Amino acid sequence: MQRSTIAIAGCEIEMHEQGAGTPTLFLHAGNGFRPDDPYVEALTAGRRLICPSHPGFGESALPDWLDCIDDIAHLYLELMDRLGLTKVDIIGCSIGGWIAADMATKSPERFGKMVLVGPGGVKTGPADRLDIPDIFVLPANEVTRLGFHDPVKWAFDPGKLSDAELVVALRNRETLALLVWEPYMHNPKLLHRLQRVTSPTLFMRGASDGLISAAYLERYAALVKGASIVTIPEAGHMPHFEQPAAFAAAALKFLDY
Amino acid sequence: MQAWHFSETAYPYLPPAETYPSIRVSLPNRNYDPVKGAELYDRYLQEWQIADEEGLEVMLNEHHQTATCVDPAAPLMLAALARLTSRARLLILGNPVANRRQPVRVAEEMALIDVLSKGRLEAGFVRGVPYEISPANSNPVRMGERFWEALELIVRSWEGHDGPFSHEGRFFHHRNINIWPRPYQAPHPPVWVSTTSPGGAAEVGARGFIQATFLTGYEATRKIYDSYRAAWRKAGRGQDVPINRLAYAALVYVGDTEKEAHEGAEKLLWYVTANKVAPQYANPPGYSPVQANLAMLRGAVHPLSSFAKGASVEAAIRSGFMFAGTPDQVFHQIKRHYDYVGGYGHLLNMGQAGFLEHDDTVKGIRNFAREVYPRLKEAFPGTAISGFPTEVPPEPPEAHVLRSTTTLRSDGPLMPALGGGVSAREPFSVSQFGEGETRA
Repeated sequence: MQRSTIAIAGCEIEMHEQGAGTPTLFLHAGNGFRPDDPYVEALTAGRRLICPSHPGFGESALPDWLDCIDDIAHLYLELMDRLGLTKVDIIGCSIGGWIAADMATKSPERFGKMVLVGPGGVKTGPADRLDIPDIFVLPANEVTRLGFHDPVKWAFDPGKLSDAELVVALRNRETLALLVWEPYMHNPKLLHRLQRVTSPTLFMRGASDGLISAAYLERYAALVKGASIVTIPEAGHMPHFEQPAAFAAAALKFLDY
Repeated sequence: MQAWHFSETAYPYLPPAETYPSIRVSLPNRNYDPVKGAELYDRYLQEWQIADEEGLEVMLNEHHQTATCVDPAAPLMLAALARLTSRARLLILGNPVANRRQPVRVAEEMALIDVLSKGRLEAGFVRGVPYEISPANSNPVRMGERFWEALELIVRSWEGHDGPFSHEGRFFHHRNINIWPRPYQAPHPPVWVSTTSPGGAAEVGARGFIQATFLTGYEATRKIYDSYRAAWRKAGRGQDVPINRLAYAALVYVGDTEKEAHEGAEKLLWYVTANKVAPQYANPPGYSPVQANLAMLRGAVHPLSSFAKGASVEAAIRSGFMFAGTPDQVFHQIKRHYDYVGGYGHLLNMGQAGFLEHDDTVKGIRNFAREVYPRLKEAFPGTAISGFPTEVPPEPPEAHVLRSTTTLRSDGPLMPALGGGVSAREPFSVSQFGEGETRA
């Protein structure tokens, strides 16, 4: 992939790009983006895949003023302006899905089709129960268990990572907390704005996702006109990592159709 | 030197530690019997009153959702003490203002206590230990920035006497600020800030506030104080740092005999050992800097954490975070520490913990107040200057240095099971005792 940086509103954003064809914005989950992630190759078939690292993730800067998903949505709309992208398809995973949904409520006309993979962003359940288990309060091994179909394979092992990789992972997690701490994993306004979305939208979920439940996704999808849902077997919250081929096939089938 | 009696008002009647994952945050409060709790409040308040009668000052702090310190609203307790004591200075150390949503309200609470006590308030401010994050529902990221903005707003609220002003800051917004009452002391009560890192101490020194550090022993305390003194001078506050700008908190127990003292001191170790905290509460993301987290993932352990595993009175004394023994022994232990770190004007005596019963607590308070304190006041007058009289500070007492299990930067914040975390970027560190660390 080709790496570049672009300064937007004083924030230096790291971007990876590959392929030619329909411009497609890929917005990563809370664990960040790496060009060698397993889903990248499959997603570039006939597409120009553009993968920014969110502010405070990867090598992207984190300006003092930035502290919520809404800020990133604005930044990425400007990114599209700067890249001359009047209209894109968009894929967002987890908080990336939240950013994508937010962008599509702000400028619905600029999005062709949208794929939201285990997205956060809305609160649809009762006040006395979390919609999404609190990843900052649960023990780490429990978060892994909830997040993956195969938690043993995907358990966090600092011994396998270099210092530089760990620094990125730690910073990613810190930024994630900054963005989604309160209200936890949602913006109360988003629910009321989703009616603006005009893109055909696919909601995707790993069958074993213990963080984004099937019921949550159904309630979320019901807020977007004409949205459909697909479930990826033998995957948790990160189907793009656990089942990259099935993930890419489902996403492309929807986007290319 | 001024000495302060400090108790965390713990509730020690708990099931065995192996039956619960965390003494903080999640331990169900069905384990708290309010009848026993009321008796404990009676007794802890009495101990502060006795400290007052004995000529000591009093100090308390605030923690939330924990059996280790059942004082989740320290200003309320301090208001009671304002009426139950007659002479002592009243130190709250402190207000966790990075976790309080309305700094002006904190300014009001402090002003009220200052008036209620006719000017005896010493107002301390802390970032708050990591386990306070969940109870306060506070974002663990950018706490230091919130802390300093809150503190500046509080001081402005105290100092403004000419009608309403407004604040539109990065984290806090307030209109029509015009607190009633205004503080009894002018321009405002003395401000204390706790840090356990050199980076944090530099922030405090530059502002000239009183700097308190907790259980940092010999080497770390000297680095913290050096940093404070350097920042004080650099900020143009003069070459001489008044001794009363620096405070040190230690576990303190004075007995008639060494044996008796060590028996009491043994019980004080509860502070360090009874702190089983689930890792997700001890280290929320963003509380400790990335580099400190990296060090922890590579196996670094906070010195106090490693100490807690094999805690002993002797080791605690050697490490300089406990002063215990006969009056003469305690005087010399304090003197050795005082000389090594360059001196401090306040000794914060953690004189009660866990199962140290009332009679033994009172005995420790009285022995200290009657047999040690007069000597300390004579040897270390409040008019002294902090720092080293010669260019060459004392040699490090090798045996007295707490060692962590891996090498760390001296200001490397670690998030130990016991709290405390600091760094250059996040200069406020915290111990378990309710101080706070602040970042620049």
